[in-house]
Amino acid sequence: MTTADPAVPMAGQRDRRPARVLARGLGVRHAGRLAWALRDVDLVVEPGERVLVTGASGAGKSTLLTAVAGLLDPDSAELTGELTVDGHPPRDRRSGLGLLAQDPDSQLVMTRAGDDVAFGLENAGVPAEQIWPRVDAALAAVGFRHGRDRPTQALSGGEKQRLVLAGALVRRPGLLLLDEPTAQLDPDGAALVRSAVAQATADRAVTVLVVDHDAGPWLPLVDRVVQVGPDGVVEHGPDWRPVPRTSGLQLPPGGDGPVLLAAHAAGWTYRGAAAPALPPTDVELRAGRAVAVTGRNGTGKSTLALLLAGLRAPTTGRVEAADELTAGARRREPHRWRAAELVTRIGTVFQQPEHQFLTGRLRDELALGPLRSGSGDAAARAMADELLERLGLAAFADVNPFTLSGGQQRRLSVATALATSPRVLVLDEPTFGQDAATWRELVQLLAERRAAGCAVAVVTHDADLVDVLADEELRL
Amino acid sequence: MTASLALGPTPDVPLSRVNPVAQLAAIVAVTVVLLTSLDVVTPAVVLAAELCLLPAAGLTSPRALWLRTWPLLFGAVMVGVVNVVLSRDAALVTGLGLALRVVALALPGVLLVAATDPVRLADALTVHWRLSTRFAYGALAALRLAPLLVVELESVRLARRTRGVDAGRNPVAHARLLAGIGFLLLVSAVRRGTRLATAMDARGFDSGIPRTNARGSTLHARDAVFVAGTVAVCALAVTTSVLTGAWDPIFVGG
Repeated sequence: MTTADPAVPMAGQRDRRPARVLARGLGVRHAGRLAWALRDVDLVVEPGERVLVTGASGAGKSTLLTAVAGLLDPDSAELTGELTVDGHPPRDRRSGLGLLAQDPDSQLVMTRAGDDVAFGLENAGVPAEQIWPRVDAALAAVGFRHGRDRPTQALSGGEKQRLVLAGALVRRPGLLLLDEPTAQLDPDGAALVRSAVAQATADRAVTVLVVDHDAGPWLPLVDRVVQVGPDGVVEHGPDWRPVPRTSGLQLPPGGDGPVLLAAHAAGWTYRGAAAPALPPTDVELRAGRAVAVTGRNGTGKSTLALLLAGLRAPTTGRVEAADELTAGARRREPHRWRAAELVTRIGTVFQQPEHQFLTGRLRDELALGPLRSGSGDAAARAMADELLERLGLAAFADVNPFTLSGGQQRRLSVATALATSPRVLVLDEPTFGQDAATWRELVQLLAERRAAGCAVAVVTHDADLVDVLADEELRL
Repeated sequence: MTASLALGPTPDVPLSRVNPVAQLAAIVAVTVVLLTSLDVVTPAVVLAAELCLLPAAGLTSPRALWLRTWPLLFGAVMVGVVNVVLSRDAALVTGLGLALRVVALALPGVLLVAATDPVRLADALTVHWRLSTRFAYGALAALRLAPLLVVELESVRLARRTRGVDAGRNPVAHARLLAGIGFLLLVSAVRRGTRLATAMDARGFDSGIPRTNARGSTLHARDAVFVAGTVAVCALAVTTSVLTGAWDPIFVGG
């Protein structure tokens, strides 16, 4: 028994052919929204092609991918025009589909690497004796070296994504859809995933559709690039390169003011853990200066941000505010301040922006901080509207923050941190998921705050951000 | 960006070699016997046998044992004490018997959890007891993410502080804050669950094709021996109880 049973029509088949995707005048509108998420999309992807779909954040790239995957719920989205995979509605071609999304943790099912890859074959009814050879082949194809018994929770983000990719490819899909698969990874992890995609699809046995607003890194890998915009798609020529987001950026310079907040040999260890999450670290945040905290995942960058933001007490050393920042509060250590004292002194952008949202509308979300810290109603509204406008969120003023895309949520959380005009800003990956336009606006806003005398600490993997904004780099 | 805290595989211990369904069958036998006898001798004998299995489940260090059983021990002591104090004619030995019963009833569950990989449990239940694969593996995938909720709870609490929200010393504000955090956790769990379901269905979980099992789940002679041994221990416990004159079955009015 080495050949697949012909009665099993699904992923067990060996002669799976790469799929052809065709969209004509495709439009998608989500329930409850007036605007079309996508409209007038014409696109043909030939079998075996690798195509990158790029576009501004919120342009409908992910919606397009969800539609091609046949995963749009007809109850919550309205579809117009034509969309087929190999001439059939996408919903009927789901068995020939491989999907790699952003968040690795919500894509893994099993506790061991091999079991997870086998999951898709079990679902297709592939006989047990054929499963393990195929699992091993898929793991080898994506360059996964840890063996089948590796616990999935012990893997890095990049390794997890590689495993999810193996789990998709093992079913021999005709169409592989990648939805910003590197968005939550550090640069090393992102490179790992891209090389795995290149290696595993080199034989052109599968059509590949990648969605990413950050086009540059995918260019060596794809045959062509299409850009999704408000009026349909634009095909880019073979020589197209994205405009570097830093080009022509004119930022107001910082100054060199007094120290506002300083960490003295501050470190943090989880209760019961042997090694510290953050070894003792010194850093000074000065008015008018920006410090970038960089380094690989797991070196304690985010922990340092939590200490500086007054969210955790250091387990060794101390974090102290200077008199100028303390003024009015009884204590010098930010973690001892009451929340209301904290919010007017230190503005924080969190790793998970959606955890910071407290209201049901963007406008209320932005007005909340100023209102609580004693601004008048009119001033708070004006501040909210200005920030919404500048960060390209004005169209969503009455929308629930939880329904925004990841990149939009990140911008909103930066806006809420700026709204109370704190002297110190502690930002954990503020530029995550931003396209070129919103990235520039964000960087501009941060530079303006710095010029106005704010001390800025930014934890980031974003080399461009360090390049244009940081006055000082702390490598952990 | 964050360290993963998802549920991992259970390390292999000698008891892991007993098929999970055999362990469940043994638990049923023990439960039936203990729920029907009210004396102190029966649970004492059963408990002694269970304690002998602790090393086979890898629970050798007192610390590991304490971490897994303290809520159970606490509950057992409370049950015993409350019965002795509140019931006018209950002797000390009745309270002791009740406390032993609670421990002897719950300890097999502790053994099962310590020795059984969740994936193997799902395999065994779907292969041998025809449990719905959709339910078993769906629950497994959800369970894998449960520890993430603990991390999120802390994250949400800190995130609220960044927005100027804390409860201070006001208990009403504390309750309201907790309710808000609970709601947010629920929203976030539902969203992650939806993403997980999408990822699983994209790999054909909803295909409707009869699912195969790559690992399989085989019943061996040792599984029958394990169940038979458990039944023998239960019989021994009841016999000892009858012979010592302590036997007090629940069905006989007395």
